[in-house]
Amino acid sequence: MAKTTITTSDVAKVGVLANLPITDEEKKLFADQFSATIDVVDQLNEIDTTGVIPTSQVNHLENVTRPDVVDKDRILTQQQALSGSKNVHKGFFVVKQILEKDSE
Amino acid sequence: MNKQIHELSVVELLHGLEDKLFSVTDIVHHYLDRIARYNPELNIYLHVNEKAIDQAKAIDAEIKKDGLTKPLQGIPFAVKDNFLTVGLPTTASSKVLEDYYPQYESTVTKRLLAAGAIILGKTNMDAWAHGSSTETSQFGPTLNPWDLGRLPGGSSGGSAAAVAAQLAPVAIGSETAGSIRQPAAWCGVTGFKGSYGRVSRYGVIAMASSTDSPGPIAQNITDAALVTSVIAGQDQYDGTSSPKEVEQYHKLLNRKDLKGMKIGLVKGYLLPTMRTEVKTLIQNAAKKLESLGATVEEISLMDPKYAIGVYTVIQRSEVSSNLARFDGIRYGHGRENFGEEAKRRIMLGTYTLSAGYYDAYYKKAMAVRTKIVEEFENAFKTYDAIIGAVSPGPALKLGATKNEPMFGEMEDILVEPSSIAGLTSAGVPCGFVDDLPIGLQITGNQFEETKIMNIAKVYQDATDFVKFPEKYQK
Repeated sequence: MAKTTITTSDVAKVGVLANLPITDEEKKLFADQFSATIDVVDQLNEIDTTGVIPTSQVNHLENVTRPDVVDKDRILTQQQALSGSKNVHKGFFVVKQILEKDSE
Repeated sequence: MNKQIHELSVVELLHGLEDKLFSVTDIVHHYLDRIARYNPELNIYLHVNEKAIDQAKAIDAEIKKDGLTKPLQGIPFAVKDNFLTVGLPTTASSKVLEDYYPQYESTVTKRLLAAGAIILGKTNMDAWAHGSSTETSQFGPTLNPWDLGRLPGGSSGGSAAAVAAQLAPVAIGSETAGSIRQPAAWCGVTGFKGSYGRVSRYGVIAMASSTDSPGPIAQNITDAALVTSVIAGQDQYDGTSSPKEVEQYHKLLNRKDLKGMKIGLVKGYLLPTMRTEVKTLIQNAAKKLESLGATVEEISLMDPKYAIGVYTVIQRSEVSSNLARFDGIRYGHGRENFGEEAKRRIMLGTYTLSAGYYDAYYKKAMAVRTKIVEEFENAFKTYDAIIGAVSPGPALKLGATKNEPMFGEMEDILVEPSSIAGLTSAGVPCGFVDDLPIGLQITGNQFEETKIMNIAKVYQDATDFVKFPEKYQK
């Protein structure tokens, strides 16, 4: 398999997807480091996994549900929920605006 | 009693309380004094519980009234700073959560508090548990009590160093792949990782949700068993916690020898790059187990280098998802505050999960994971446990992580396979190289905690490798 090279523009794109501010210096650094890491990961291609079912959960539990009843122990009061938040307004979290005023 | 309070194990402290040799307040005072004295140099605790003395007095009053009625009544403990603790800051050693106070309590600390234990403070770690050095902490590294020029390992480095420097009789850590066993090995103490799902992850700041496993770091396996008995068990708040009944592990450590036990020594874990002295210690441990009655045979498992690939992809993918929620909108600070290591992991995980790469990386890694799981299942049909070194060598020097973007993965090569498969494992001291401790892993099949603890107990009873750095014994 051809060696995977990750470019600075790949890193920039991932930075946007991950919502992380990345400096030009970091773009260069991460591009080199990611290429090296992917080299290690690419060794997995030496193992034949044809027909193998992927494992995402190791202790065989499936479809775990809880009784459909209110659990007051798990409910935070408004005061608890807002404690430690720096940006609150009339009992709500202030979030970033995601819609333009003029949009329909 | 000739021993000082900090030299006593949890079990000895409980006996001392029962015999009224000292009070809970005496114990907590003693530890707080030691923390004040040694923490500035070691940087183990990020936050100390200012209410610990009041809590100790309240427990003394309880004991005076009703005697000892709870399994850890009056026992102080340290807890890694990724466990949510109401009233104490919880930062995961990251500036993003620098001033965060949790809204609710983690199940592990809740159960410990209900058992009568007292939090001494929160311990330093690799930021977000990303690493095996505690050097990626945004509040400075913890130093190894055995050699201040060296790293304690990680990510639960503060918790392991706390037990080694005797700034806590026992500590709580969490392991995604090696983060309990590796720092325990580098600090010369005992770490225990339950099977995945044995101990609830509720209220533990998530790293890789499919392998995260909380557990104790202690002076010896008996203490670790006692704490595991308290924290293990199904939790309605963690859907992956197992409904299997929890045994009272500490009461089941009754084997006197290892007769009838079959143990596999993994040949491939004696890495070609490993120092001969480390290999010798592991082989000596195998001989010791044999002399205690076990049959030890060399076995072959998949080259651990593949576990690095699997673990790297799965862990970074899960990290990118878990850490997406930290945006500073409700709590903490913005994403520009992530350190370099966290950024690197989030971004690589974002890459391996992104369109066009998901099949090549994430799906492939999960398929190889299946093969690793099957291989272990097969091995445990024949063997009761498998052994190997925890880490390829003793503690490395400060700065060793610099320019090593896969430092943790490389250092944890020998513990990644068992973590990926969700197995249970003990890490116990098995000797010294250059005056630095080396750890032996004793790994068993899922939910074989009692068996693994028994092997570790018989081994510890028959050996004399549990030591503490002299400097902090005063």
